[in-house]
Order: sequence, then C-alpha cells, then structure tokens
Amino acid sequence: MYVSVKGGEQAIENAHAWLDEARRGDTNIAEINVAQIREQLSLSVNRVMAEGSLYDPDLAALAIKQSRGDLIEAIFLIRAYRTTLPRFGYSNAIDTSAMACERRVSATFKDIPGGQILGPTFDYTHRLIDFKLAAEGNAKKASKRDNSVDKMPRVSDFLNREGLMEAVIDNGDTPADLTREPLELPANRSLRLQSLARADEGFLLSLAYSTQRGYARNHAFVGELRIGLVDVVMDIPELGFDIDIGEIQVTECETVNQFTGSKTQPPQFTRGYGLVLGQTERKAISMALVDRAMRWEELGEDDEGAPAQDAEFVLYHSDNIQATGFLEHIKLPHYVDFQAELELIRQLREDAETNLSNTEDAHEQ
Amino acid sequence: MDDTTENSFSVDERREWMSLLAKSSEGAIKQYLKDIVPPPSFSYLRQPEVGSVMVRGKTSGTGAAFNLGEMTVTRCVLRLSTGEVGHAYVQGRRKSCAEAAAMVDALMQSKYANAVRLTVLNPLQADKQRQNTDRAQKAAATKVDFFTMARGEDT
Repeated sequence: MYVSVKGGEQAIENAHAWLDEARRGDTNIAEINVAQIREQLSLSVNRVMAEGSLYDPDLAALAIKQSRGDLIEAIFLIRAYRTTLPRFGYSNAIDTSAMACERRVSATFKDIPGGQILGPTFDYTHRLIDFKLAAEGNAKKASKRDNSVDKMPRVSDFLNREGLMEAVIDNGDTPADLTREPLELPANRSLRLQSLARADEGFLLSLAYSTQRGYARNHAFVGELRIGLVDVVMDIPELGFDIDIGEIQVTECETVNQFTGSKTQPPQFTRGYGLVLGQTERKAISMALVDRAMRWEELGEDDEGAPAQDAEFVLYHSDNIQATGFLEHIKLPHYVDFQAELELIRQLREDAETNLSNTEDAHEQ
Repeated sequence: MDDTTENSFSVDERREWMSLLAKSSEGAIKQYLKDIVPPPSFSYLRQPEVGSVMVRGKTSGTGAAFNLGEMTVTRCVLRLSTGEVGHAYVQGRRKSCAEAAAMVDALMQSKYANAVRLTVLNPLQADKQRQNTDRAQKAAATKVDFFTMARGEDT
C-alpha cells in the first residue's frame, strides 16, 4: 500500500522567492546587468553559447545572471530556450580560411605567412592575482599597428602540398543533425563533431589529457589555432539567392598527429579537428584530440580499449545537460521507489531470519 | 513601381546591402533611418519573427560538412504603400532591427534608393569598416616578430 502525498506548493514558492533574493545578494552592492556580464565575463558567455549550442551573447549573459553564475544551469536554460525557436534553416558551411583572425598561432611552423598573432591571450601571463583589478578604471588600452592585409593560409595546406598530410575530402553529403534525430551508433565523423562541439568542456579536457598521458596515444601538435569572426551565409529560398545572416566568433584547432601508412601508401600525418562557437580555445584543442582518438578504426589503429577511443562512451557521456538531468533527478522524491526497496529488504531479512531459526531448530534436535 | 534607372539594382548589390543590414549593431539602422522623412507607411507580409539557423562547419575546414550549433536570427517581410516589398534577416533577437532592415530593403527598391544609401547604408558600412580595422590593427600589434640569434662560429 502507498499513500500518495500532495503538498509543498507553499514551500516551493518560498524557496524560489529566497532564490530570487539570494541571486540579488547584498542590496547595498550595485546590481550586475546583462550587458556587464556580456562584456566583462565574455569567456563565461562563450562557454554557455558553445555548450548551449546557440550563438546569442545577450541571451547567454542573461542565462548566467539567472543561474547565479552556475554555467551548467545557464547552458540548461539556453538548451531549453532553443527548443522553442522555429528553425529557419541551415547555413552554408562557414569558411574558416576567410576568418578575420584575432588570434592565430601555429606550434609546428615559426614562420607562417600571415604570422603568429597572439591576440587577447592569457598565455605568457604570470598567473599572479592582479590586485589592481580590485580598484576600478585601470584597464590598459590595446596597442594598434597598421595592418597590411596579410592573407593567412591554412598551415595544413603547406603539408598538403607535399603530400605529407592526410587528404580531406568533402563528399557533399548532408550531415545528420542530432537536434533533429537522436544520436545513433555507429556515428560518422560529422555527427561526432556536432556532438563534440556542444560537449562539456571539462569532460573533453580530461579525455584529451588522457590521450596525451598514453591512453590511445597519438602525439598531437597544434598545427594551427585560430580565433576570429566568420560570416554566416544562408540561402534564402523566398529570394532565390544567399545573404550573410550574421557574423559569429569561432575557435578552430587543427592538430597534426602521427602517421598512418600502408604497403601501398607512404606514411602521412593524420589530423584531428576542433571547431567551437566563441573564444573557447581549451575546448577546441580538446575536441581535436578526442576527435583524432575516435578515428582509430578508420585509420587502422589498434583498439587499445582507451576511454577516448570508445565513441559510445564519449558521445553518450559528454553532454552535460543529459548528464546533469539524470544525475540530479535522484535528489527528487523517490518515496514510492524507495518504499518498494524497503519492503523488499524487510522481506529478505524476515526470510533470512526464518531460515536461520529453522536451521537452529534443526541443530537442536 | 516606376521604371526609372534610379531604382535598378543587381542581385549582387541587394545581397550586399542585406548582408550589411544583417550584421548591423543594435539600433543602428533605426537610428540612421530616422533621418528619412516622412516615415513611409507599410503593412507586414511577415511580422518580425525570431528563430534559429543551424550553422554548419567543415571537417578540417575544407572537408565534409557538420552541424556546429545554432544562432538566433530575426526575419521580417513588409510592403510599402508604394508597393515595394522588403525582406530582412538580421542576427540576434531584434524585432525592431529586422523591421527597420526590411524597410531599408524596400526603400532601396524605390525612388529613395540614393537617399537611403547615403543616410543608412554608407554610415553602416563605415561603422563596420571602423570596427574591422580596429580589430585588425589590435591583432597586428600582437604579431610576433622573431629575432634570429646567430650562434656559433660559422659565417
């Protein structure tokens, strides 16, 4: 028997009112606004856009404010919002070769046409707390230099020309879309890349790190890392031609990895690829390493049983909204489930006791 | 519509101004458009509507396409009382921008095309150019100049 319980409405209402108050914090401190979050916590905003899988900085900033800075909660809000939007269509593939780069570095070649552009990076900072930031109005101005319009060709093209790099082929297929059809295995590389592009940064970072430490080792160089703006072009059916519908910031990472070859083909470098919405460098590099690790079968490598090689393991556990949904649901009322467990364990104990006393009786005789 | 030379335009030209309008910053089109007097009367053929577009990328930049993630877009279609139909797709959730952009698209097909080019499109283009140059110059200042250190005795 179970008795259904209804209630808690007032408690829930009061809890949410307290949440509102707690979100605001001390009212003697000025309230933060959405534009401040968008402008001054832009890397949080970028992470929420990437993993929320929706490019809209104002919306991501609002979600961060609403979630009190809990980024996974903010990503959850974005994912829920995006399901309410009508889908106008699919863009043409963005052209990252034409990116207006804010940052572009290569770890494989020093002298690349277009040069090594550091951009607004934390690299080479000393990672010491800067107490000057606790005071206001001390931001330095960025320096400027007249820019000759240097072309920035892909670093991988240099290796391509010599035939040292695995060829990339566009088969022209329409890629599957996991926002329209649930993920099914085996997943081709396009589907894996979509999944990785919205995957949890922490999860991908750890997996990528595991490949560096020897689990599915395939030593990676960052052939090129670029961050910048690209135009998004879409065909407009009612007009019969395409237009730019916007401009987004993306981070792209191409890795150069160790070789593949066969009796008929001389050794070539192989590739991993990372492409993520926003300035999200750690995630893009991680994505490239994990992408490469999952390509073991296609490249004829051994299955080492490493986590990063296991597409099912990676793809089914990398989405932090799926993960948090399932994880956090166990804190919600399971009174009936648990009551069944309780009945069961009592019954088992009762049976065990009966058995025990029967055995004892038997011994006494 | 009149058959005058002043409102003839190519698809490339229209693509260019629609693309510029799509990427304009918040409120800019409306700001520049308010100098056009009197405001033309119009009716909606499609009310401003917020939606999403799935952005695609290519594997390794040049290979097979994949779905990268979505972006928000607002679209609008309107018809001026003089008959021109304006379309707009603008980035973000910006209903009034989409309406203003559709208005500009319609006006660019009308006898006001030159005026709209001067008061709206040219300033938008200049804003965009300024932002691009600013960013490119900051990037250029972070370009690494390597100094080669000669070592050893070889000459």
